[in-house]
Amino acid sequence: MTRFLRHLFLSLSLFLIATPYIALAVDDPSEMLPDPRDEARAEAIGAQLRCLVCQNESIEDSSAGLARDLRKVVREHVAKGETNDQIMHWMVVRYGNFIRLSPPLTLATALLWGMPALALLIGLLCAFIMFRRRSVTAPLPLDPDEQKRLDELSRGKGQTDA
Amino acid sequence: MSEISPSRRRFLMAIPLAGAGIAGVAFWKMLSGMSAGSFDPHDIHAPAAGRVIPDFDLPAQAPGEGFSSTDLRQQTKPVLINFFASWCIPCIAEMDALLSLKKEVEIWGIAYKDKPENAEGFITRAGNPYTRIASDREGRVAIDWGVSGVPESFLIAPGGHIIWHGAGGFDNGNTLNALKAVLAKVPA
Amino acid sequence: MNPELGRFALALACTIALAQTILPLAGAQRRDVRLMAAAPGLAIGQLLALAVSFGCLIYAAVTNDFSVANIAENSAVAKPLLYKITGVWGNHEGSVLLWALILAVCGAAVAGFGRNLPAALRARVIGILGGVAAGFELFCLITSDPFDRIWPAPMDGQGMNPLLQDPGLAFHPPILYTGYVGFAVPFAFAVAALIEGRVDATWGRWVRPWTVAAWCFLTCGIALGSWWSYYVLGWGGYWFWDPVENASLIPWLSGTALMHSAIVVEKRETLKIWTILLAIGTFSFSLSGTFLVRSGILNSVHAFANDPARGVFILGLLALVIGGSLTLFAWRAPILTTGGLFSPVSREGMLVLNNVLLCSICAVVLTGTMYPPFMSLLFGRTISVGKPFFDAATIPLAIPIFALMGIAPMVPWKRARIAPVLRHLWLASILALVAFAISFWGLSGVLPILSATLAVWIVASSATDIATRIALFRTSPSQSFRRLLALPRSAIGAAIAHAGVGVTVLGLAGMSQAQHKIVEIPIGQTEHLAGYDWTLTGVKTEPGPNYTALVASIEIRRNGHLVTVMHPSKRSFNTQNQTTTEVSIHTNLLADLYGVIGDSHGEGPAATYVLRLHWNPLAPWMWLGALVMAIGGVFSLSDRRIRIAAPRRYQADNATMETTR
Repeated sequence: MTRFLRHLFLSLSLFLIATPYIALAVDDPSEMLPDPRDEARAEAIGAQLRCLVCQNESIEDSSAGLARDLRKVVREHVAKGETNDQIMHWMVVRYGNFIRLSPPLTLATALLWGMPALALLIGLLCAFIMFRRRSVTAPLPLDPDEQKRLDELSRGKGQTDA
Repeated sequence: MSEISPSRRRFLMAIPLAGAGIAGVAFWKMLSGMSAGSFDPHDIHAPAAGRVIPDFDLPAQAPGEGFSSTDLRQQTKPVLINFFASWCIPCIAEMDALLSLKKEVEIWGIAYKDKPENAEGFITRAGNPYTRIASDREGRVAIDWGVSGVPESFLIAPGGHIIWHGAGGFDNGNTLNALKAVLAKVPA
Repeated sequence: MNPELGRFALALACTIALAQTILPLAGAQRRDVRLMAAAPGLAIGQLLALAVSFGCLIYAAVTNDFSVANIAENSAVAKPLLYKITGVWGNHEGSVLLWALILAVCGAAVAGFGRNLPAALRARVIGILGGVAAGFELFCLITSDPFDRIWPAPMDGQGMNPLLQDPGLAFHPPILYTGYVGFAVPFAFAVAALIEGRVDATWGRWVRPWTVAAWCFLTCGIALGSWWSYYVLGWGGYWFWDPVENASLIPWLSGTALMHSAIVVEKRETLKIWTILLAIGTFSFSLSGTFLVRSGILNSVHAFANDPARGVFILGLLALVIGGSLTLFAWRAPILTTGGLFSPVSREGMLVLNNVLLCSICAVVLTGTMYPPFMSLLFGRTISVGKPFFDAATIPLAIPIFALMGIAPMVPWKRARIAPVLRHLWLASILALVAFAISFWGLSGVLPILSATLAVWIVASSATDIATRIALFRTSPSQSFRRLLALPRSAIGAAIAHAGVGVTVLGLAGMSQAQHKIVEIPIGQTEHLAGYDWTLTGVKTEPGPNYTALVASIEIRRNGHLVTVMHPSKRSFNTQNQTTTEVSIHTNLLADLYGVIGDSHGEGPAATYVLRLHWNPLAPWMWLGALVMAIGGVFSLSDRRIRIAAPRRYQADNATMETTR
């Protein structure tokens, strides 16, 4: 199946923005759980599970055969009254962390999860150093060019100008 | 005008180059690994090895006889479970490899989401490498095994432990060698 | 017009491109005026040769010349003419040729519009563009020849993939490529500046319009791709954080940062090194994004793996372009002087903050996209990084950008205080508060409420910015109008583009409230969704040119009044054994009613049909906002100061600006 899809993709991929999986995604309503709360829970779990044979799509978004089967499995487990964690665990035992669209925080994914804070921190640090450096250099003796610029700066102080 | 020394400045300006260099080397490794067949960034690596086989009972698929998890557990020799389907092109491609592998290990097949008549026709045409064949019409047992596509194979030790798992056809030398390496360690 | 002529023209273009690289660069180095003067002619010559080559390929496609392998694989006699033409760039070989063609257009555009550039800078920029173009033309000739012949020629081609026959998909690649390739110009300017060792305000002024132009195309390209997946895929989704999408988002983010930091270079002659790095980075992301996506590392397609020579060649080319420019950066950037002083609270400070936040998002998307293959390579373990991660990691960084967007354009340069700016924004603040109150009452979820509030805030403060500048209501309307005309177009463009972001954010907030329903009903039954009554009134089979369509008629009523009758259909293609769904969308610009027909069960009057019904509030605004952003960009491109970018005039302008301050 995977390989078959790959062959199918071969023709499609040559578009740069080849879409995740060209799906004819009309689902079978009989898949859905009778209780809307259960169905909502199943959808929330499904949105966290990757359709294994597609690109970065969740099983809720894909009409690939395997995604449909996995949707059924999720709904069976929900109907049995299992918790979200239990269902997630059931899936991870079988398919590994690959099936989780948001990877668990481990030592190996620390960089990934830390990236937003890290990038922001590095950026702000660079900006801070730049500002501090500039304020340190300001009192140093200026060459004529810089003196001129400083004059302009003091003249332009406090004005709003595009 | 800056308090950053020229050497440190030089060092800072070289960071992007270093980053790009590391990424370039990594891409090179990935691409060469992919063309050699040793690296597949899309391999799911389902953690099957070490697990106990799931419980199941599947009907027979002609021309073979069906089997259940109990049958599998009672074996005294390792058994290779091979999920296949008649609609799967790579399954046809790996048939030759399976037929020669048959001499080294017993192979049991499970037809995945396949019409029985199609699967039967496929096996008769390709030559039958399987000792027993079961049919998983709905593909639900396959999910319990952690199968994400066909072909996919599992090596089962006596007692029902999965000791090796391979996704992809045995026509890929790397997959075949990996299985043979495991087989060599198991007392047959 | 035969394929051999096409190949010859391609080879000729490659030769000219090599000359275009060597002669002007050598000329600029040796201050040889004649060599430098050759640059524009060579750039235009290269464009002409490539245009002939591309024309030959189109001609072969239109005339069904199946002796050309590329046409035989991707076209067919029965294909409509439009898709025969657009199919030319719908495959690997053709798209590389298109890529090179756009690059040649960029080179010729610099030759044409850049008459006011200093001779040496222009020669270097054209030379660098020629070098990159030569690389791609060589790639095309050696490993991806679109003119390869096959013998015997088949009677008909195989390229009838119905999914690819769609106007959105047909015009999406050229627009997206123009965005990607357009960033080659700022890249070339950056490399030229590094060679010259000089970056000044004039440089910033020249780089900015090219960046804005490329950015407009990329914005439209991304929006078009998103819209395409919305109306083609048939389940109402619009963005999937797929590696292929991320590959276009990453250069968009860094390009947006570049567009803003170039302003600082232009106005204040500072952030130069950073801007150079961004220019190099943006084009590098464009290049590596598009080509690594095809290599199969990010995508589950082994497009290059079939031909390892391609992978090796493209990686070599990337190493040359990216590695070369970054080496030059490491070597030459330290000698660039840093410029003007400014306090953290100032327009410059705001733009720095904008860059920090945008680049942080860029880093997050890059990391998330590249993490799985690197995990796989380093640890032999696979993970997935999908929508839940990207949503959680990028939204907290995007929210401060949205909040600051309203304030930043009104903050004065050099040194400022925030309080007076906020006083100007009292009306926008009130509007945002009203929006908050309304969305608190009407929307569910913290994020949609916050997004809606911020969206209104952005639009209102952008309007306030312009209103303040033209002293609206504080002086006579005619006086305000005169001021509006006198306002720099770039300022108006920026306000429009910012408002466009607000519109998109509002669309996203609306979409978060979308409702859908999947039902299986017989003809005549009515379903209720989002206050509308959807009745399946009939289903019929209609023959198409090469398919049979199952067409449903759904009457949609609201309070008994007919709103629309929609006809979603499902096409079964006779020969390909493939089916596609044709979504039906009815929009009143405030919400989309979206219907899809699926499988049918049973026969005769008892037959039931699976329908998927969606109500997508404000969905069109997401793409409308992108269009507004692009319009803002175009508006800013029409700035007089860009059109008349003569250095002398610039100097004069600059002098008057300085004195009026």
